[in-house]
Order: sequence, then structure tokens, then C-alpha cells
Amino acid sequence: MEYIIPIAIFAALGILAGVLLTVASSVFAVKTDERVELISDALPQANCGACGFSGCADYADAIVNKGAECNLCRPGGKASAEKIAVIMGVQVTAAEPQVAFVRCSGDCKITPHKYEFDGIQSCAACNRFYNGSKLCTSGCLGYGDCVAVCPENAVSIVDGIAKIDNSKCMGCGLCAKACPNGLIAVRNISQKVDIFCSSNDIGRITRSVCSNGCIGCKMCERNCEKGAIKVIDNHAVIDYDKCTNCGKCAEVCKIHSVRLVERLAERA
Amino acid sequence: MSYVMILIGCVFVNNVVLSQFMGICPFLGVSKQMRSSVGMGAAVIFVMLCATAITYPVYKLLEKFEITYLKTVAFILVIAMFVQLVEIIMKKLMPPLYKALGVYLPLITTNCAVLGVTIGNIDNGYNFLQSLTNALGTGLAFTLALLLFSGVRSAIEDSDFPETFKGVPATLIAASIVSLSFMGFTGII
Repeated sequence: MEYIIPIAIFAALGILAGVLLTVASSVFAVKTDERVELISDALPQANCGACGFSGCADYADAIVNKGAECNLCRPGGKASAEKIAVIMGVQVTAAEPQVAFVRCSGDCKITPHKYEFDGIQSCAACNRFYNGSKLCTSGCLGYGDCVAVCPENAVSIVDGIAKIDNSKCMGCGLCAKACPNGLIAVRNISQKVDIFCSSNDIGRITRSVCSNGCIGCKMCERNCEKGAIKVIDNHAVIDYDKCTNCGKCAEVCKIHSVRLVERLAERA
Repeated sequence: MSYVMILIGCVFVNNVVLSQFMGICPFLGVSKQMRSSVGMGAAVIFVMLCATAITYPVYKLLEKFEITYLKTVAFILVIAMFVQLVEIIMKKLMPPLYKALGVYLPLITTNCAVLGVTIGNIDNGYNFLQSLTNALGTGLAFTLALLLFSGVRSAIEDSDFPETFKGVPATLIAASIVSLSFMGFTGII
């Protein structure tokens, strides 16, 4: 007889819990648009943030609910832009593919180190001690912070500095954020001219530590018809929006700090 | 027992994770980053307080019918229902909070630390206010343990040691050393 009461109490508690949860789940139901899920499936799930949103799920939500553009996904590229366009029922053109580029060519053959670094083998860590172990304070340190974050393994350390494989890079920009010296730029794959030195030191000092260094002589700036290349902080800086790939700056640069990127591929 | 003593006892002397070894699963799972540790700690404090508030009257009900031997089952039922209810309500009414803490709620439901607190209240014979203090203290103890360990883990990440120890073995050994360090608090109260 004494078993009836516990069983009854537990049955009552169980039924109460079930009813409460059922009622709550219908009263407090959250409506989700099924398109968010479909778009999320069409995205590559790299969660790189290149689209400007925090992750693929957030981007899918933004497309459906906040009217974001359908072609912002860099890793997904044309394929995902088209799929998303079909789901949303709009027409899109894919954005131009972009790749990252390391604007430093001070490899271990030409730039010496000022000290041996025995700490945590990371560029961000080494950079805290006297601006890095290389004699050039703005140069690539080669400990591979960019290599570690790349989801496509497009970055590798060759001769002590980072090099990006254009065939693998999808332009997500994670390496650019990881570099403590801000050496990596993400620009269109059609960009044929780029700078190979980002040193902030004056010309005399730059040349004394690295034979590939830009001296800030402004020959490129004077010869550019579009004003796309300027000398800022003692080194050349290219405005990729204005550049027409004419290659004039690369022709007049006597120390080959501004070069045609194609030519570098042949050399390497 | 005064409330301050209960709090100090919970947080340092009988730390729920490091001395009583309850709630180890989320302790190892969530402590990788400091931000998620804080979020998990906040969610645990909230669930523990509310679970205590709900299970206290349930226990009184069980006492009335002299079926206190069923307290474990009753508490599990009540806690699971409550956490599920909170998740449903939070998803609808507070979306930003749900985004921040919502992932942790199912993890906490089956966390033995929550059940441990509610049963501990009964074993220690606390009244309602003392039970709430115990729950708050245990939640704070959990948060403290998580924060400490996330710091230790980020130091381990950058260190160099033998391949056989990398990953889980190093984490477990570090956890045991942190637990050993808390042994220094025994006998204070």
C-alpha cells in the first residue's frame, strides 16, 4: 500500500513536467526562416569572417534577415554565391577573387638577426622584444603565426619569410589579421604589381639591414599617372583601387622594391 | 553556520571541482578559453541558485509523505525540467543572452555538481537561506576553478613538452596539480 503514494507523486510530477514543457515550447516558440538553414548549408563553413560577419551561420542569418549581399563569401566564391542567389531568388555576380600577399622580401639570405630567440616560437611573441629578432624592425619574422591560422595551408615559410601560394589562397584575410607587423595585404588576384618592402626606417638604415629594402626615393610616386603609389612612412604603398597594372613604377624602381608579381613567380 | 563561513568553505576548502571532484566534465571541456569559462560560470551560478530554490520545497513535500529516499530521482526530474524550461524561455525572450549562454545550458542539466549542491544542502541540514548561500558559493567555486584552469591551459598551449603528453594527458596532469594546490586550504574552517 505504501508504494501507491510515491508512485502517484512521481506520476503527477512527471505529467506536470511534460505538460509544462509542451505548453512552454508552443507559447515561447521562436519562428526561424528555413532559408537561413538552406543558405548555411551552401556556405563552406570555414567561419573565417572574410564576409564581415562573425561566422557562416551569422552571414546566413544576415542574408535572410538583414539584406546582406549574396556574394560576400570568399572561400565559397562563385559556387556558393550562385547557390545562395537561387535560394533567395535574386540575380548576383560573384565578387572578384582576392588573394593575400606578403609585402616583405627580407629572407634569411639577405637580412641578419640581431639576437637568437628562445621564447615561445610565435611572431607576436618575438615582436615584443625590440621589435623582433630581425635587424629590420618591420620585417617578416618567419615564426609562422600566419601559417598557423590559414585554413587552406596556403602560407608557408620559405627561406625564413612567409610566402603565399596563390593557387591555394582564397583571400579570407585571417593571415593579414595574424601578422603583428601588418605585412600581409589582401587584394584582387589580377593585381600585377606589388611592393616588396614595408620598412618604416629611413632609406639609409633600411638598406644597411636589407638589400631588398625600399628607400622611399619617390621615383615610383613621381612616375605614376594615377597617383596609385605613394611613399608613406619611408616606404611605397599601393592603393589597389587606383592601380591599373601599367607597371611603370616597377620599371623605374632602381632597387626592385616595387616589382611585377608575375616576374617574381618566374624567378622563384 | 554563518553565511560567510559557508561561502568560504564552499569556494576554498571544499571546492566543488577541485576538492569534491564533481562537475569535472564541463571543467575540462569549457576551460579552453577565458571567455567561455566566464559564460559557463555565470550559467552554472544561475542554474544552481534556481535549482536550490525549486528543490527545497520539493524536499519538504517528500518529507511530508516520508519518502525522502526518493530525493535523488525527484531532484533530477525537477532540475532537468527546470533547465529545459529556462532554455525555451530564454530563446524567446532574451536572444542575446541565449546566444551567449544558451550552449552551456544542456551541459549543465546533467552536471552532477548541480545535483551535488541540492543533495549537499540536505545532508548539511541547511535552512532555505543557508541553502541558497551554499548554492551561490558552489557556483562561485566552479567559476573560480574554471578561470584558474583556463589560465593554466593557455600557458600549457605554448609550452614545449614530449609528444606523448600533448593534449589530454597534459591537461589531466595539470588539473591534478591544481587540485593538489587547493589541498592547502584543508582545515582552515
